[in-house]
Amino acid sequence: MNKPEPLTDRYIGKRQSRSEDLRLLTGRGVYTDDVNPPGVLQVAFHRSPMARGRIRSIDTSAAQALPGVFAVLVAKDLERYQPNMLSFFLAPPVVPVPLLAVDRVCYVGDPVAMVIAQDRYIAEDASGLIVVEYDEEDPVVTLDDARSGVLVHPDTESNVAAATGADELDPDLEEMLASAPHLEVIEMKHQRISQSPMEPRGVVAAPQGSGEMTVYLSCQGPQLAARWFSQAFDLPQTTFRVISKDVGGSFGLKGQPWREETAVVAAALILGRPLKWIEDRLENLTSANQAREQDMKLRVGFDLEGNLIASHADYGINNGAYPHGADSNIAVMMFLWAAHKLPAFNFSAKGWFSNTVGLGAYRGPWALESLAREVLLDRAARKLKIDPIELRRKTLVTKADQPTMTPMGLALEDISPAECLEELLKKVDVAAFRAEQAEARKQGRYLGLGFATYIEPTAGTAGVIVLISESCHIRIEPTGKVSAIVSTHSQGHGTQTTMAQVVAERLGVPFEDITVYEDDSSRGGYGSGAYGSRQAVAGGGACIRAADLMADKIRAIAAHVFNAKAEDVFIRGGTVHIMGAKQQTCSLRDIADVAYAEPERLPEGMEAGLETQYRYCPPPLTLTSAAHACIVEVDVDTGFVKILRWVSSEDVGNMINPAVVEGQVAGGLAQAIGQVLFEEVSFDARGNPTAVTYKDYMLPTIFDVPVFEYLHGASAPSQTVGGFRGVGEGGCIVGPPTLVNAIADALAPFGELKLEFPLTPPRLLELIEGRPIAQKNIPAPKAEPATAPDPVPAAINLPSPSSPQANITSPAAPSVDGLWSFVLSTPMGPQAFTGKLAVDGSVVSGTFYTKGEEASFTGSISGNHLQWDLKVTKPMSLTLKYDVQLEGNQLVGKVRMGVFGTAKLVGERA
Amino acid sequence: MSTHNIHLQINDRPHDASVEGRLTLCDFLRGNAGYTGVHVGCEHGVCGACTVMVDGLAVRSCLMLAVQADGCSVTTVEGLSTGDGPLHPVQQTLREEHGLQCGFCTPGVCMTLAALTQGEQKPSSETLINAMSGHICRCTGYQGIRRAALRLAGEAVAPVEDHG
Repeated sequence: MNKPEPLTDRYIGKRQSRSEDLRLLTGRGVYTDDVNPPGVLQVAFHRSPMARGRIRSIDTSAAQALPGVFAVLVAKDLERYQPNMLSFFLAPPVVPVPLLAVDRVCYVGDPVAMVIAQDRYIAEDASGLIVVEYDEEDPVVTLDDARSGVLVHPDTESNVAAATGADELDPDLEEMLASAPHLEVIEMKHQRISQSPMEPRGVVAAPQGSGEMTVYLSCQGPQLAARWFSQAFDLPQTTFRVISKDVGGSFGLKGQPWREETAVVAAALILGRPLKWIEDRLENLTSANQAREQDMKLRVGFDLEGNLIASHADYGINNGAYPHGADSNIAVMMFLWAAHKLPAFNFSAKGWFSNTVGLGAYRGPWALESLAREVLLDRAARKLKIDPIELRRKTLVTKADQPTMTPMGLALEDISPAECLEELLKKVDVAAFRAEQAEARKQGRYLGLGFATYIEPTAGTAGVIVLISESCHIRIEPTGKVSAIVSTHSQGHGTQTTMAQVVAERLGVPFEDITVYEDDSSRGGYGSGAYGSRQAVAGGGACIRAADLMADKIRAIAAHVFNAKAEDVFIRGGTVHIMGAKQQTCSLRDIADVAYAEPERLPEGMEAGLETQYRYCPPPLTLTSAAHACIVEVDVDTGFVKILRWVSSEDVGNMINPAVVEGQVAGGLAQAIGQVLFEEVSFDARGNPTAVTYKDYMLPTIFDVPVFEYLHGASAPSQTVGGFRGVGEGGCIVGPPTLVNAIADALAPFGELKLEFPLTPPRLLELIEGRPIAQKNIPAPKAEPATAPDPVPAAINLPSPSSPQANITSPAAPSVDGLWSFVLSTPMGPQAFTGKLAVDGSVVSGTFYTKGEEASFTGSISGNHLQWDLKVTKPMSLTLKYDVQLEGNQLVGKVRMGVFGTAKLVGERA
Repeated sequence: MSTHNIHLQINDRPHDASVEGRLTLCDFLRGNAGYTGVHVGCEHGVCGACTVMVDGLAVRSCLMLAVQADGCSVTTVEGLSTGDGPLHPVQQTLREEHGLQCGFCTPGVCMTLAALTQGEQKPSSETLINAMSGHICRCTGYQGIRRAALRLAGEAVAPVEDHG
């Protein structure tokens, strides 16, 4: 007998041409605006022209009277269907989010009314006829405005939308920083970014009768969107089906429906007509939630060899008026030092409300951690006169150091940024570059080489209910063709191809025989779609398991029918081979004929049909590592930056399709280049957006993005089924520091860069020419920390954690005994639970009740000050450290939650 | 609102319509004529997604009115190849080079490259890459688009190295 053939067809790891391309290249894709149900009407929004004001009156009569107008709706017309505007994590908002402005407007572009007409031209004509009278108020625009200004939302206590970490400084950490031989301090301001998918947002809401609402949506996953609509509207008689075939990019923007899409659905429910809204670019650049506007002060103590001693970060992010989820961006702190040997770290992070359009996600929302850390490391290396690569070799966690824990308690087992860096250095000849750089400087040319390393959390599930699992349902149809319905979703990711590659290889059928469906929430099962670089890891794992179950079933049937052993059956090229004295084959269709039509020929007890399903739960976190290098030339006459070379060295685990992996890296890097050099959503002092076209909001073109080189020599399979690692966001995280470090290296003879982004030619000329050129947002220069150590205030007001503040404590403390209702403000949104407390002398004991489960604890009480530890196992094993104070009838304090930072706790008597 | 009767060829088939003077060519091609491969990305002539050929020249259909196309021959991306035949060389090259991800900018990219390579034209790679600077792609970082442009200009392109 011949040697058995290989048991599978190889598709995983192949540069497979994409199935999607055939329709996308020929103009036959189906994007939301391509869908036109019979009788569809068009929506245009009338929006606020000012950043902040009270609405005195709205007159829609002229708009209503325009021929072709079907309806004009204002906030009160939608009252019946005001949904609870949940975050992506399905947490309720911290301030009410109206669909249309009720009595006040909070940003330029805030939707005030919606016109529904027979075409968009008429709808916009009518929108122009709406007359709104406002009492304009002074807006809160910038982070600094938010910190010092009036309340953005009148019913809140402050403009803090979300906070984690500690306001008060930790005296031990401060002592470590103060006594460090070298203290490096940076302050940076990152500009606001528009995700700018080439297809703006869009929705078609088509009520079907019988309580079915079909929503065609430009989104990141129809399953999550359908769940969101269902939970947000909470209408027992209505089911939501979301269809999303082709989506023209998202990058975080379309992770959840927001005000406009939801208002269109509400209006369609009220009017009983199919409605369409397609965002135009002006709306997209002014009224779609935006990202990244952040500032950070990062302090790091080093010894003179470059070892890290301690670090503190103070971070703020502009949440706008109605963020997709109020956010202090805890992930910045989780990953700032996650890959580094740092003994002590603490932080304060706050999200701030302002009168600007709300915060949304953007590829690598926490990316500022890498930018801040890598830029600071290079700066410290220059001051300490240590090679920046040597500095990273000292500080990075290597494979030999693992398993270990990060400063915030995250377990590390298989990260490899240090190994990626060594791989990178095989291709980037640093010594040769330094010689070239020295030679060029003699001619007045300024070349620079920058490095950055990072780790990226991918397919994270811990604690996030919407991200726990992905599903794959495989059917061998009666025709013998294979359908795979997967809860992944592509906005360019190519998952119809990559998931088919996985199924083809594991099942042993030709790639061409497989069709992947992921466009309809009514098929398959729940999954979040594209979010957090998860689809290869989570979706790929589900496809592997479902295909393996299917192969098992086919083998069992073939073995039974042909009287063979299951282990002698294999599937290759779509044909079922039965090994034995006499080799036999049959087609998948033959097996399907038996499975669907002759159940009596199936093994005893086997279910008829050929359908399998697997729901895969990946590990809590899969980490991807990388090191990048880039070489630039800065023209010191014009301030223009030219990128000459860019090399990436990544540990992405097993690759399903290298061309798709490289496409993700390249796309992220192009966005990184845009962030560092060009893109900025800007506002004037009155909160008017000043970059409202692509002439002003400058995206990188083909001239701005170099040819990228990719190295995968350090790749090692991950612990997931399939050994994949996520790769969706990394370029956008490691790209900015790589480029900034190259520019800083080029311009080092002129001094250190001011870390305000983007690094436009005027800003670079300011350093090159040694005088201020740019006019706005330039603070007075600060003293160099190396010569004047960072001013840690001489007398820090450090409250003693063990002594309650006398001015709040009454001499005879009231009892805390009894039932309490608590709200814990976690990074995933506020969480409510009840608890019972009892005091016996200096011992406090209690039980918390949440979702049918209870947990008990004991701790200590001293005066009005209570402390206890509570061990939990969900979402992961954590010890929650409670530190609370009885203030009148409230228990107020904070809970340290390990890797999730510190959250505020408020308890009221139940 | 003024209306105008227009007669034009779209993808080699005759088309008659009555249009408002203000209707843009892109909205006409998508909404009235049903060629939804024409994508509207910015409506102010920067992104290039809506590019079509008008009498053989690449044109941004958001910056032209439908009435101005009266008597013209318009080609949209649907006209480059039939649904059941082989791809146009531009489309085939973009596919082989993974020159697209979400596909929204792609019809415009195809039309500019097709307009510059049609007939006996032998554009240089510089010409094609210069032309690509008028198309914004937010997904790919232009890696595959650049390789496709080089190949369409007749230059040899080294395959991307695996596992460098």
